[in-house]
Amino acid sequence: MEQYYFHSVTLDTSKCKGCTNCIKYCPTEAIRVRNGKAVIIKERCIDCGLCIRICPYHAKKAVTDPLESIKNYKFKIALPAPTLYGQFGPDYTRERIVSALKQYGFDYVFEVARAAEIVTNATEYYMANKEIKKPVISSACPAVVRFIQIRFPNLIDNLLRIESPMEVAAALSRQEVNEKYGIPLDEIGVFFISPCAAKVTSVKAPYENRKSNVDGVLSIKDIFLPLLGIMKKQGDITSEPFSLSSAIGVSWAVTGGESSAIKEGRRIAVHGIHSVNDILEQAVKGNLDNIDFLEVLACPEGCLGGPLVVENPFIAKVNINNEIAKIAKNQAHRVLPKHKDVKEFEWKSTVEYRPIMKLDDDMMKALEKMNMIDVITEGFLGLDCGACGAPSCRALAEDIVRGDAKETDCIFKLREKVNSIAHQLHQIESAGSMSDDNK
Amino acid sequence: MSSVVVRDYIIPANDFTIAGEASSNVRKILSQIGVAPDIVKRTSIAMYEAEINAVIHGNGGQAHVEIDENKIVIIISDQGPGIADLELAMQEGYSTAPDSIREMGFGAGMGLSNIKKNSDILEIKTAVNEGTTVYITVFFK
Repeated sequence: MEQYYFHSVTLDTSKCKGCTNCIKYCPTEAIRVRNGKAVIIKERCIDCGLCIRICPYHAKKAVTDPLESIKNYKFKIALPAPTLYGQFGPDYTRERIVSALKQYGFDYVFEVARAAEIVTNATEYYMANKEIKKPVISSACPAVVRFIQIRFPNLIDNLLRIESPMEVAAALSRQEVNEKYGIPLDEIGVFFISPCAAKVTSVKAPYENRKSNVDGVLSIKDIFLPLLGIMKKQGDITSEPFSLSSAIGVSWAVTGGESSAIKEGRRIAVHGIHSVNDILEQAVKGNLDNIDFLEVLACPEGCLGGPLVVENPFIAKVNINNEIAKIAKNQAHRVLPKHKDVKEFEWKSTVEYRPIMKLDDDMMKALEKMNMIDVITEGFLGLDCGACGAPSCRALAEDIVRGDAKETDCIFKLREKVNSIAHQLHQIESAGSMSDDNK
Repeated sequence: MSSVVVRDYIIPANDFTIAGEASSNVRKILSQIGVAPDIVKRTSIAMYEAEINAVIHGNGGQAHVEIDENKIVIIISDQGPGIADLELAMQEGYSTAPDSIREMGFGAGMGLSNIKKNSDILEIKTAVNEGTTVYITVFFK
């Protein structure tokens, strides 16, 4: 049965010019240009959104739920990602943003940052277990988890088996609302406000193969102007002690936030999918065995650099750091009472290897195909120019062997063949005129 | 078309920042062929350790790799100083690495024993001043 793939990252073909920028940057070589338009290979795409950022014609975009979809539910819960707090500037504090969400139409706001603190706490309990494989690799970034599933299956066992803050927030908020206000569970809609395309995919097609706790994902880009409009008209807001999260939770939006929340141990934070690739290569070689925790984020500057943000990530970082500075440190770690068990937040199922790079299920055929790829690659010029629509000469050779392309997609090969045909025609023509002379 | 994949790599002398490229490359090939991840891991550890040995002890060398549907055979050879006492060298923790190498975090003395742990057949041919050749075989099943 053919696997169904959902991807948030999609192409608007009307804007695509068939340039070759995206094919070169994609970390899994998931894009090709065919018939003048980009095509995303569904099995390889990890929804990291790098192509969205790179495309000079804005032809790549992320599919998210429209703002109107919140109307499908009687009781609407908003889960703002902490990235949201960095989008508006110093006059717009967390309190105002949260209040604006309620004015927009949400009945309840549960900060994802609060759930991030819970995950931090659970992570500390998890790390205290001596049996776990080091380095423990953060699983909060869905693009990185998918990247590991495809490219680094040996690191699957290193993944932190704790739910992401988004899922924890969704589960807890739904429970809270149901218990506190008696709203039936099926009338509650939980919406994540996201900087990230990969989160959309992880809600609609979870890799853990179980249903997400989230009902819909709204893009920060979509909700930015409505919220700004509301805040401009806000008077003084009565600051309900809205159980706002602490500095630790908010700092997850910035690279280094998640790992600095862990009090002890050697921890490193890496952002940007290509840097993540490099550090994971090191991990697989065993060079990181004395590192306890590896925070890995696909976007530059962490979630602040996601494809769905409005503000420049460097500016957003300053905004977030300002908010963090205002927060009292004694609000930290107050959420989990001692008897709460880590098990509640652990993954219930596992993440599996996706061997999509395999050339053939039959190993002998795969070996033959590998040799064919070598022979074809050697026949190319090695420029990796991208004119054929593949990211490199070797990638085109692989496409040819998989039956998705032909040798004359390479314009140099085509030119060679045309020259050869022209030469043959010329020979036929010269042979013909000699016999005319003899008449 | 042959169903044996052959690769030859040059292992640079003393540049351990780029050492490990050969084993990375082999790892990718094995994944594309469909070898199980745990066997890919054993192979890449064994090969990486042998590669690093050639870099820091052997003054660089060559790697010759042959892959068929049952196994991978890796032959790493160098024309370096050779191993004087092989039995001693195989002991965990024993190292002849100079201080300059140890300061960089290598030379823990675990290389040869790691190779032995992660390979199915290991053979080492060496003699003082005549270089060293390491033959590693890992089976896919």
